[in-house]
Amino acid sequence: MGGTSGIAEACARLWAERGGADFALLGRSSEGLAAIAADLRVRDPAAQVDVVTADLADPETVDATASRFADAGVVLIAFGALPGQAGLQADTRALAESLHLNAVAPVLWAEAFARAAGNRTCRIAVIGSVAGDRGRKTNYAYGAAKSLLATYVEGMQHRFPAGPVIPVIVKPGPTATAMTRHLPPAKLAPVAEVAALVVAGIEKGSPVIYAPAKWRIIMAVLRHMPRFVFNRLDI
Amino acid sequence: MGQAQEQKTILQGWGRLTADPHRVVPVPRDGAAFPAEKIFACANGRSYGDAGLNPAALALDARGLDRFLSFDPESGVLWAEAGVLLGTIQRNLLPQGWVLPVTPGTQFVTLGGAVANDVHGKNHGQAGSFGCHVTRLDLWRSDAGVVTCSAQENPELFAATIGGMGLTGIILRVGVALRRVDSGWMATETVPFSGLPAFFNIARSREPLWEYGVGWLDCTRADAPEGVYFSANHSQPGAPVSSSPVTAPAARLSVPFALPVSAVNPLTLRLFNSVYLAAQKRKAGAGVTDMWRYFYPLDAVANWNRLYGRRGFYQYQSVIPWQGAEAATAEMLAAIAGARQGSFLMVLKLLGDRAGPGMMGFAMPGVTLAMDFPNRGDATERLFQKLDTIVLAAGGRLYPAKDARMPAGMFRRGYPRLDEFLKWRDPSISTAMSCRLMGW
Repeated sequence: MGGTSGIAEACARLWAERGGADFALLGRSSEGLAAIAADLRVRDPAAQVDVVTADLADPETVDATASRFADAGVVLIAFGALPGQAGLQADTRALAESLHLNAVAPVLWAEAFARAAGNRTCRIAVIGSVAGDRGRKTNYAYGAAKSLLATYVEGMQHRFPAGPVIPVIVKPGPTATAMTRHLPPAKLAPVAEVAALVVAGIEKGSPVIYAPAKWRIIMAVLRHMPRFVFNRLDI
Repeated sequence: MGQAQEQKTILQGWGRLTADPHRVVPVPRDGAAFPAEKIFACANGRSYGDAGLNPAALALDARGLDRFLSFDPESGVLWAEAGVLLGTIQRNLLPQGWVLPVTPGTQFVTLGGAVANDVHGKNHGQAGSFGCHVTRLDLWRSDAGVVTCSAQENPELFAATIGGMGLTGIILRVGVALRRVDSGWMATETVPFSGLPAFFNIARSREPLWEYGVGWLDCTRADAPEGVYFSANHSQPGAPVSSSPVTAPAARLSVPFALPVSAVNPLTLRLFNSVYLAAQKRKAGAGVTDMWRYFYPLDAVANWNRLYGRRGFYQYQSVIPWQGAEAATAEMLAAIAGARQGSFLMVLKLLGDRAGPGMMGFAMPGVTLAMDFPNRGDATERLFQKLDTIVLAAGGRLYPAKDARMPAGMFRRGYPRLDEFLKWRDPSISTAMSCRLMGW
């Protein structure tokens, strides 16, 4: 879900290189999805790669699509957009749309796939963010949405402690993808490195994947920092 | 985007001789407007000198163009974006029974870089240079937008682009004809030798039987250089693809930071060379290895270029035509030993008669010698001037992919089609190397 997302594409490459997987790429841009599908077909000519053009933010499409791909072994919910915080503070409608896209829509898909899976084992990985671990003045609209995803997946994990659904929340740090093209490249993790951790974590069924792993420690420190210290940080 | 352009990134050649901040933006995938300023393409930074640098221009990073577009298992032609690494091609296509027909000594170069430098491998005698296998290119030019070229379509632009140092347009997409292999295993033969005449005898006698061949030479003693010759063939049927190691072994070692001074000095060199040669001699005879270890031995040490310290290093790679190749090579070895500036890696290869399509290709029939030298400033440059004289007198030339200092006059004499090439340069593309060698 969100097949043109940089992290999703990099994960798909790893699965294709390993072989034995078929793919359904869902997203808005048929052209973008087709290019990724062609790339995956070269990497694994035996793979069946379907492209489904859909507005993932539209709740009307969720149930039917989830039923159609109910036999998926892994569902990676990777769509989202990094908004400018200041712009959203000034624009209620844009804020609502951003929260819907980054928070509401992904959990609708997660829930629908969990329902569709029935008794089949299904790994449902949702791309959250380290930004969801503590609200910061520079991106709390994005961070709050991502924290909703983390809480939702945590609830699903409580509901399915032993399968058949295996919910995973992925918390990448800033990663070099099209979404972060405007950020300084030196502060971004290579997407292939993040994807390798995501693919390995999904396989293991890790409940929470931090990628790169150092963010687990950094965020633990930030989460536990007293408010009077945290609020003085210019981050 | 505007904000990204203000960010500066240090770009370095592989030799780490300079560390200038550059403005870097990704090459756009879709036909955006060509930047209205001087630009150049950069990617994985494996050119040793200044071929992929220019602090005065906007760098377009091609590494994001990393998708395969199609592969035809009938013809073996791969069509891919120019930022795909050669190692990615090998890793993904080997399980399907295909590999690159020509590969340089590192898998960490991009397709675009392989075209722009018309790289060669250890099988030049049979396969020619990389450009011999390029079927088609899509170039993005400031004056014409996206232009497709091949031997049939825009053949002059095609010939100018192969080995054209990235100066004829931004290479967006590359078609390359792969070759079939039965497996990723290589049958090898390791032969120690003493003295240059022995190298030439062994290399020539192995050519008909072995597709790949390369000599490593210890030149710390000019009077009696000791070396090892490594021949190889893709292994014969019987070893199925599925048994091959399809991924390169992860780098087993890494140099985590640049040493304050070069670790390469006369003492460590002698030690390294004699230990290395002794180890190889123990393996003398027939063997089997995987293609990762045969083609890319240095990739096993990540960031090995940092060994040469903060001042960086030069690689000097020449080709000398057959006529006088032996004498000129001996003269060069004597000059190096005399200057006591020996090199970790001294690599000797025979290059064959197969002419590449590129106007500015480096390879020509003869012998190519590649050597690394820690940057010792004037002393190093004085040695290079001696070597230049020998190379020029023997009718040879230097390899721009490795170069950071050759004089413009030497470049002009080595590349007789330069004037023809200049007509195809993109007026908006300029690198530090093109400024140095061509004036802009």
